[in-house]
Order: sequence, then C-alpha cells, then structure tokens
Amino acid sequence: MSDRVTLGHGSGGRMSQAIVRDCLLPHLTNPILSQLEDQATLKLCDGPDCRIAFTTDAFVVTPLFFPGGDIGRLAVNGTVNDLAVGGATPLYLSMAAIIEEGLEMSVLDRIFQSVGEAAHQAGVQVVTGDTKVVGRGACDQLFLISSGIGAVASGIELSSHRIQPGDKILISGSIADHGVALFCCRENIELHTDAVSDCAPIHRLTQAAIQVGGPYLRAMRDPTRGGLASTLNEFAEASGVTIEITERAIPIHPEVRSACEVLGFDPLTVANEGKLIAVCASDRAEAVLDALRKLPLGREAAIIGTVTGSSEAMVLLNTSIGGKRIVDLPMGELLPRIC
Amino acid sequence: MRWMDEFAREELAKGLIDRIHRLAQRLGRPITIMEVCGTHTVALFRHGVRAALPKNLRMISGPGCPVCVTPNEEIDTAIEMALKPDVILVTFGDMVRVPGSRKSLADARIEGADIRVVYSPLEALDIARANPERQIVFLGVGFETTAPTIGATINQAASEELANFSVFSAHKLVPPAMRALVLSGEVGVDGFMLPGHVCTVIGARPFEFLADEFGIPGMVTGFQPLDLLQGIAMLLDQIANDRHRIEIEYTRIVSREGNRQAQAILEKVFTPGDASWRGFGLLPSSGLHLSPTYSQFDAKRRIEVKIPPPVEHRGCRCDAVIRGALEPEECRLFRKVCTPEYPIGPCMVSSEGTCAAHFKYGEAQHPHPIEPPLEVKP
Repeated sequence: MSDRVTLGHGSGGRMSQAIVRDCLLPHLTNPILSQLEDQATLKLCDGPDCRIAFTTDAFVVTPLFFPGGDIGRLAVNGTVNDLAVGGATPLYLSMAAIIEEGLEMSVLDRIFQSVGEAAHQAGVQVVTGDTKVVGRGACDQLFLISSGIGAVASGIELSSHRIQPGDKILISGSIADHGVALFCCRENIELHTDAVSDCAPIHRLTQAAIQVGGPYLRAMRDPTRGGLASTLNEFAEASGVTIEITERAIPIHPEVRSACEVLGFDPLTVANEGKLIAVCASDRAEAVLDALRKLPLGREAAIIGTVTGSSEAMVLLNTSIGGKRIVDLPMGELLPRIC
Repeated sequence: MRWMDEFAREELAKGLIDRIHRLAQRLGRPITIMEVCGTHTVALFRHGVRAALPKNLRMISGPGCPVCVTPNEEIDTAIEMALKPDVILVTFGDMVRVPGSRKSLADARIEGADIRVVYSPLEALDIARANPERQIVFLGVGFETTAPTIGATINQAASEELANFSVFSAHKLVPPAMRALVLSGEVGVDGFMLPGHVCTVIGARPFEFLADEFGIPGMVTGFQPLDLLQGIAMLLDQIANDRHRIEIEYTRIVSREGNRQAQAILEKVFTPGDASWRGFGLLPSSGLHLSPTYSQFDAKRRIEVKIPPPVEHRGCRCDAVIRGALEPEECRLFRKVCTPEYPIGPCMVSSEGTCAAHFKYGEAQHPHPIEPPLEVKP
C-alpha cells in the first residue's frame, strides 16, 4: 500500500482523521490543539471576558463559482462558522490568496467583491491579508486561506466532550445541499438539478441557540466535509456516547435526495456549508428549536435524534422502514475539492 | 421525489416484515438467501433491512460486485497500460483504489500515470477528442448493466472514426458465475435475490436455469426498502410452499425478456468469451470481448503490455467472500489488517463490496450471530 497522500486523505472522513492524528498532531501536542474542536479557545489574560476563539481554514473549491456561492463567500462563511460554533462572536478575519498566473483580473475582482459582501453580511472585517502568485500549474486558479478570531462571552462552555445521555440533536435545516450542488455543477457531470449550495453564515443561529439554551447547550458544530455522519461520529467519540438519529426526521430537499439516489451517495456523508448541528439537554431542546425556526436560516430546523447511552461510542440510524443501522465515518474520496 | 417515499412507507414495511417473520417461523429451520448483487448488499444494510429480519433467516452476499470479481491479472494489466506515457486511462471511480498484485491505479496515479475518473463512458470520448496525440483507454469493468453503455460508446467512437480511443473490456456476465456457484455445491442456498439492474438489461429468463435445473427459487428484486422486503417475502413464500420459480418483484422495470435495444448493442459490439474471475478462476463464455468488427477498439490488441505473474495477497479471503462461502468477519484480516483506509482486497474497497458494507454498517448490530455455513443441499 502506498505511503503517500491521496485525495482520500482530504475527504473529511476516516482518512482525514488518520492523517491529522498520525502525521500532524504528534509534532504539535498541546492541550488546546488536542481538544480537536473547529476552533481553539484561548485565554489572553486572567479576567472573565478575556477569551477569544481562533480558527483557520484553507479553501480549494472547484469550480470557483457554483450555484449558491463562490470561493470568496465560502472562505468568509467557513471561517465565521467555525468561530460561531465555538460560541464566539466572529470579529476579524485574515484572507490570503494563492493565485495561479494567468487568472483573469475580473475573476479576482468578483471573488473579492464577494468576500467583502459576505464579511459585511456576517458582521466581520477582513483586517489583514496576503497575496502570492504562483506559476501556471502550481495551483488551480485560486486558493484562499482565511483565519478568524472572535470573542467568547463569559459563561459559555461548549465542547463536544460535554454530551450526555438524554441530550437531543438539532439541525438547523436540510442536509447535503452544498455537496450535491458542487457535484452537479462540475463540468463533466451531466446531471442537472436545482440544488443550490447552502453556503451561509450561521452566527445568528448559534447566538440564538446560546441565548435560549444557556448552560443546557452542550456542543455545536457546522457539518461540512464528511457531512452529518462525520460530525455526529466526532461527537460520539469525544463524549463516549451512542447517538441515535431518525431518518424520517432529517430535513433534506427532494432534488438533493434524488440526486444522491442517482449518484449512489449517502446524504448523511455529503457536505454542508451553512448548517448548524446543536446538542442540547432534552429539557431545553424544544425551546432552542423554536428559536432556530424563527430565523430565516432555521426555518427547516428539526430535532433529529437523541443521545441514548454511554456504553459505546457510535451513531445509529433508525431507518424509514423501522430498521436500524450504524452510521460510520465516510471513507475515501467522495468528491475532492468541495471547499 | 414521491416514488422514494412511496417505496419506503412505514406501514407497508411493517406488514411485510410481519409476513417475513411469519413465513420464517412457519419454515422453522435456518434459511439462507443469497443476494447476488452488491447494490442489494449495501441497500439491505443501509435501509436497516438486515436488522429487521428473523433470526433464522440469513442473507449472504454473492458474486455481484463487478470491481470485486475483477482478478489481479486484469488490474495489473490496466495499471501497466496507465503507466505508459502516451496513455490516458479512463475509468469509473470505484476501480481506482482497488489493489492489484503490487499496486492500485491510485498508486500509479501518484507515480505519474494519467488516470481520469468519469461518470459516463461518453466522457472518455470527449477526452479522446481533446487529446488527439494521446491514447485513451477506457477500463470497462462491470456486468450486463454497464456493458451496453460502453458498447454504445464504442459504437459512437466507430462512427466518428476516433483513432485514439480503445476499451479494455473486463466485463463479466452474471449467469455463468451463478451456474459455477451452484455447481460447486460449496454454499447451500435456499433462494436467490436476483440482480434487478442486470435483469433490466438481460431479463429474468437467463436465470431460469437456477429453478429448472437446480430447483432453487429466485426473485428479481428492486432496490428501494419496500422492494427488498417484498422480494424477501415472495422468496420465503416460494420456499415455504416448496415452489421454485424465477419470479419478478421489480415488475415496474424488469421483464422476462429484458431490454432488447440494450441486448442488440451487446450483440453488435461484444462477443462472449472466456473470462477470469476472482473467486472462480476461468469460466467459459462468462466475459465480453470486443467482436471482430470492433477489434480496432480493443485496448488489449492496441496497447502492448507485459505484466509479471499476478500474485494474491496472503491471507486475503475475498475469493471465498465473493462466492458467499465466507462472511467478512470470518476472514482473519477483516478489521484488523484490512480496513477501508488500507484495504487488502477489493471487497473492502468497492462501495458495493461485501467487506466494506460489513465494515461500514457493522455486523455488531445484526441480531443473529454468524453461524457456520449451512450444510450443502443434495
């Protein structure tokens, strides 16, 4: 077997976990990184309001423009969302661009216009950046790297390690939109759908969840690469719990579901770019759901499952016909370069 | 997508599950049904059907994953072709990570081979038109289901007189493998869940020998949750009433005679010939070779490669898994050495592979323990 990096290592599933765990983490051990959250929460001084959330992300999506967004919008929202799910108010972003020689100036202009609009929409400022131009073939058109910081208010203690039996799993809307939209707009795929990426900032959803859920809100994530399946497995492993979700309760748009059926994709493993998964103690779950539903991005929010036990870290799906199956981490190369 | 809901209605599913349990109880003995098709294997797990079945009903997977039955010899040959500098090898995604004797196409890609993954073979023609100075080889792996579209592609290439396009045909035919499977007597099967997609093309008739010559009932079954349950219920009904016929559950798509147009393409472009199978070895008339009229599109003639003798990985039991003689959990490498990240055999790589399905969906949830294979029926 090859000991080189393959595209499968970038899929957000089991192989991505392995490369991080086996190749990167051993050299960088520290207590903050080993939390393995989407963002690091840092304490800059000793006061109660001195915590900031810090995150970074690279964007290599192809094509640069897709139904529902483009690489600029994706970079801003991706970074904003990683901060937001840590309970932070996203504030400042950096944006670095690696540009392939020959890229049309107008394309760069359109994408940075989009960066500006998305930043405005998410209430953040891009305060620093960098540009590098590389020779033809050294990158594909344009890659963006974005970091962000946000303020974490006192009292917020969200962590995928805090999930307990009895907790409810909420999702803010339909799954698999981004992955399917990206897939179907690739040049060589002759499958036409109305699927549109869900690329959006979810900081208002996270703020509403925090406000209503308070200390009962355990953890939040935005399920990007690897989809709902990856995020729930990460939750299950971090807290050592069994999570059961119900197929019928999971919102999915009909055009997305049929595209998945045709392409043989399990929608649970397909990427999202503007969804919130929240875990909340059962007592407060309905209230959080109501709060999410009041927001435009949360209209289709639903409670999709329950944490049922703590004997085994696993995710189970109650299927639509009343059967049951394991939901595992996706493996290998589903579709490279979706974000 | 109304039909997807229609074929997953809970109350209908409950009724069918009840019927399956009643029939299994009436039979009162261990029953083994083989699902021949890899898509069925995955669907049975994915929709939670296996978990809903009675304890004395065992579903085993058969030789219905095209990637899995492709022997190392063919994978090695494709890799050698891909490594030629003037060749672009085009294939479906499932093949890329399958390990051959020494490496996979993915490894060859890292070494510099130009390997492109497509979703339709017609895209290979686009690649051929765009790269007139390169040789485009389409690696055709699949059963009667995919072969017609490859045939149509070859036909199109012929009408355009595309000189730089050829096909490495590793296509296989399902009925000869089924005959070999039953003749070996290795696995006792009470009934076959027959492949709905294959039968869409060739019809149900080519499987009638199972009932006529061997007295084993078969059910051509669809892939939605209710199809699977209905197919199992109808099969159990035959078994319980000592009937053995090849029946069709998937009547909205499949007929006895199949799709004449697709068959006509197969007959025009291909000719049946010997083929080597993982799990079975060489089976006569079980593969599709290019017919003499289309021989200029035969990659095996056009691209000359020499491969070292193929070798099997020690300990890999994919051959027995493919024949339904071994459950993945009974293989010593399963989960320990052989995982989806580091697959040893093809059954762990392919999305339709039996080992991958068992790994992914977990036999742990399966209500019945793995029993030793049932005794071979006389």
